[in-house]
Amino acid sequence: MDHGEDLIEIDNLGFSYPHGKRVFSGLNFSLKKGDRVGLVGPNGAGKTTLFHLIMGLLRPESGEIRVFGRARKTEEDFREVRQRIGLLFQDSDDQLFSPTVEEDIAFGPLNLGRSHEEAAAIVRETCRALGLEGFEHRVTYRLSGGEKRLVALATIVAMKPECFLLDEPTAGLDAATRERVVGYLKEHADTYMIITHAHELLPDTTDRIYRLEDGRLTPL
Amino acid sequence: MHLEEFAEGGSFLHGLDPRVKFLTVVPYVLVIAVMQGLKGPAAALSASAVLVVLARLDRRKLLSRLVAVNAFVTLLWIFIPFSYPGGAAFQIGPLTATREGILYAVSITLKTNAIVLATIAVLGTSEVFSLAHALIHLKMPDKLVHLFFFFYRYITVLHEEYGRLRNAMLIRCFRPGTNMHTYRTYAYLVGMLIVRSYDRSQRIYQAMLCRGFSGRFPVVSHFRLGKGDVAFGLSMAALTAVLAIV
Repeated sequence: MDHGEDLIEIDNLGFSYPHGKRVFSGLNFSLKKGDRVGLVGPNGAGKTTLFHLIMGLLRPESGEIRVFGRARKTEEDFREVRQRIGLLFQDSDDQLFSPTVEEDIAFGPLNLGRSHEEAAAIVRETCRALGLEGFEHRVTYRLSGGEKRLVALATIVAMKPECFLLDEPTAGLDAATRERVVGYLKEHADTYMIITHAHELLPDTTDRIYRLEDGRLTPL
Repeated sequence: MHLEEFAEGGSFLHGLDPRVKFLTVVPYVLVIAVMQGLKGPAAALSASAVLVVLARLDRRKLLSRLVAVNAFVTLLWIFIPFSYPGGAAFQIGPLTATREGILYAVSITLKTNAIVLATIAVLGTSEVFSLAHALIHLKMPDKLVHLFFFFYRYITVLHEEYGRLRNAMLIRCFRPGTNMHTYRTYAYLVGMLIVRSYDRSQRIYQAMLCRGFSGRFPVVSHFRLGKGDVAFGLSMAALTAVLAIV
């Protein structure tokens, strides 16, 4: 895929929660290959919702979401999106459900049809890239907060996505762990969007910053 | 998941004292449950229908509840007509359906629907919290009431937890199939739900202890009987008595 090609295009998106709160009406946005975008805004502005809409975990009321040049409407459409875009949840506990780190990291590659041997190789490779060697047989549930975040990132990295959507990737992390997460992104990730409240993180990791407020995105 | 979908509303039944609701609906339901024949259940179903009209319930939601209940009743229809002793009504292969069996199944269907409609119309129109509260006032054992209330409160939390883990699977392209990978994944999901709910219950208990919980919930607000409550109580009592005699 060429640099600068549209990965995500959002056209006139409308969305409200089932209990009636209106989040977006007529939202427009596009993310191109190679973009490193920061997303800020008050709590409840709809930043996480936007990510969930892009991944097809929520469905818009109106408007269109185009990903990799195709309009995405059905569950089938979004399967391809989820193979090629990796979403890091705000709460790592939402991401990890297998008993051990190894099994959790292998889960995505196995779903993509890799063999057990290939998946095991991916687990090793991913653990090395994120400095998680020796964690393979640890119980995910008993990891510390920082370790959980790194393993959650590893479960996404293992699927080799072309674009990352990162929902507060450094919230609640100590300086050293934060550096590992940010370091990985700067070195290995080409296209991503970061939601964060840590504004000092953004100049370092992003090229463009948007503010989401009252259902509108404004460049900062 | 919204479990209190009938509790929102402003009908006469919504405003009643939940204590009166329990005191009237429990005998009403018991009388229906022990009824025999068809006349009594039919009368009870009409009475329950009146309660539903009084409660001004959303028809579509009510219908979906009735479909769920009657799915179980359908199961009874498969067995009862063929296993109840009596005169033959018709035959399918080696199986003979009896007239008495069919009448019995009709009677159960009428009774079930009468009970469900009355319960939804009368109890469903109060919030779970005020129902639990009313049970405490009615001297039900505290432990049972707590169990009921926490079950209600945390089944929603569990459902949300399940939704989050399901999302975690979806974004990693999980497609359920008939294979070990699927079974193992579901087993992990259930296992994780159990571990987390246990953990959450511990945290909630600690939080309750921090706020001085000693095994009893203090009852802050009190109910007051109004004219409507008395009128409803008396009419329900009369109705139940008539049904019992019929």
